[in-house]
Amino acid sequence: MSLKIINTSDLLPFVSRMMSEYEVIGPVANDTGFKFATLTDASQLRLDYNTTVIPPRKALLPTRETLFTFRSDMHTVAPAFDMKWRVLLGVHTCDLHAMCMLDEAFARGQPDTHYMKRRATTAIISLECLDPCDEHSFCKSMNTLTATSGFDLHLIGLGEFYAVDVGTTAGEALLANHAKTHDATRAEIALLDKAMSQKWAKFPARLHLDGKDLPALMGVSYKSPLWEEIGKRCLACGSCNIVCPTCYCFDVQDDVSFDGKTGERYRVWDSCQLDAFARIGSGENFRKTRAQRLRHRFMRKGKYIAEAFPGHQGCVGCGRCARACLVDITPVDVWNSLHKDHA
Amino acid sequence: MAIPAIESIYVPTLAWISRIEPMTAMEKLFVVELPRGQSLGHKPGQFVQISVCGVGEAPISISSSPSRSNGKFEMCVRKVGDVTSALHRMKEGDQIGVRGPFGRGFPIEQFEGRDILIAAGGLALAPVRSVINQVLDNRKKYGRFIILYGAKTPAELLFKEERDEWKRRDDVEYLETVDRGTPDWTGNVGVITTLFPKIAVNPRNTIAITEGPPVMYRFVIMELLGKGIPEDQIWVSLERRMKCGVGKCGHCQIDHFYCCQHGPSFNYAEIKGVMEAI
Repeated sequence: MSLKIINTSDLLPFVSRMMSEYEVIGPVANDTGFKFATLTDASQLRLDYNTTVIPPRKALLPTRETLFTFRSDMHTVAPAFDMKWRVLLGVHTCDLHAMCMLDEAFARGQPDTHYMKRRATTAIISLECLDPCDEHSFCKSMNTLTATSGFDLHLIGLGEFYAVDVGTTAGEALLANHAKTHDATRAEIALLDKAMSQKWAKFPARLHLDGKDLPALMGVSYKSPLWEEIGKRCLACGSCNIVCPTCYCFDVQDDVSFDGKTGERYRVWDSCQLDAFARIGSGENFRKTRAQRLRHRFMRKGKYIAEAFPGHQGCVGCGRCARACLVDITPVDVWNSLHKDHA
Repeated sequence: MAIPAIESIYVPTLAWISRIEPMTAMEKLFVVELPRGQSLGHKPGQFVQISVCGVGEAPISISSSPSRSNGKFEMCVRKVGDVTSALHRMKEGDQIGVRGPFGRGFPIEQFEGRDILIAAGGLALAPVRSVINQVLDNRKKYGRFIILYGAKTPAELLFKEERDEWKRRDDVEYLETVDRGTPDWTGNVGVITTLFPKIAVNPRNTIAITEGPPVMYRFVIMELLGKGIPEDQIWVSLERRMKCGVGKCGHCQIDHFYCCQHGPSFNYAEIKGVMEAI
């Protein structure tokens, strides 16, 4: 929509003013690195963070979410919706691309109003990465190292100032109501252009193919011996799912209060790598082996989602699953190995 | 920004169990009544999500045909898990939650004018019964009607009265078998595929519908293909772990299909190359 400038000295006051009206969630430091958390003071914000263990999708799809409450006599059932207004701040573009895919997945077919309600009341202020986060990310290969849409506001930190790309009228209103901004000068635009073109060369293309070609590669990889090989190493712990910004599978369970009179049905994050994921009541398990479950996960990441939601990808190259895997099963290794077999 | 009134796709409609009929040691037939006499509006082959609040929700196939709905629907439930065990403990008049109907049923109106061959194994007679009664209630619209049914033992054969009627009717060719007989069993013994040599079909004009335990499909499909029935005239219904019913939660996924949305009914041409399907 338009380009505005916030002087770096005006950024924290902007965050503080948003905090007076909304829950503001952003990257903060913890014992081991960084995490997304609700800010209690604007100074906690760490826009210099490299990555987080758990992606910011938890702000849109909480680990546990009440769907409805009931009275155990079943005479009343009431849906539960999160009515809070939020600002999700400092989202890297890999995670932003993932959220755009989640938006499509939950809106498609019968809309999931729990997700969509929360999404509609969450403003996203994303953040451009000007340097790679570590050796595991491959956003360049997945074409997610920048973004032109999906955000309300998009920040590019350029030392003395932040360039702010305004994506929506909601973003425009946030700026107008809470930030001290000015229109970009020619000198500021020149600095922005320079940073953006210098950035490109700093990011390595770790995949030996373009991410857009993954569906075709996966289509010829069903019978690869690789699935059995990595299946022997996989611990079926599900860490890769939990840290993935594009994973959205969930389980649904009931909880009853101690007095037995009231309860709730809730959903929790689930993992397709766990043994019980595809098992039915009679005991039949449709993906019994780790090799089958790994193949399913990589098919979803490389093929199914891209084909089901055109314009979106099942993997955004954030590298979190590679960092989390205890036995070094990484998407870069898997896809490069499959690519080598078919080159 | 105004927040419009919102509804949840996960909240069930409250319904009542109007009748319970014991069927076998493991199965009971439940007749469910929806509020204000509303119709479920299902197609044969669709399923519902049944809630017992405090216990959970389970996907259950609809056993009654749309032709016999009258503001009620039937489901034949085997006691296997938490929700189905809770249902088995319930009494007539008890309340349950219903969501649905979900999924793609059989395109039964497209089968008009064709011969229909049904092959059902075990508990799968319950969902297939929604097709059988729809065909019987519109009998003139279809050609020959062949029903093959197999169960493990005579005690596990479901819907005795209805099976007796199929045996009596001269416009139904009904054959049944059990894997293991009992001393008083005089019928066929053997798995369901042993019934196929006993029937002759006009393959071009036959629509086959088969449903049963996972192990059954590949053998029955082989028999049907062996009779010359084209792949796109062979319909199956696949069982998977349907948790949400609306194509979100991921548990029922078969390759790129969400079984709860794209299925559970598929024709063989759609799924024959799909790994993990059959």
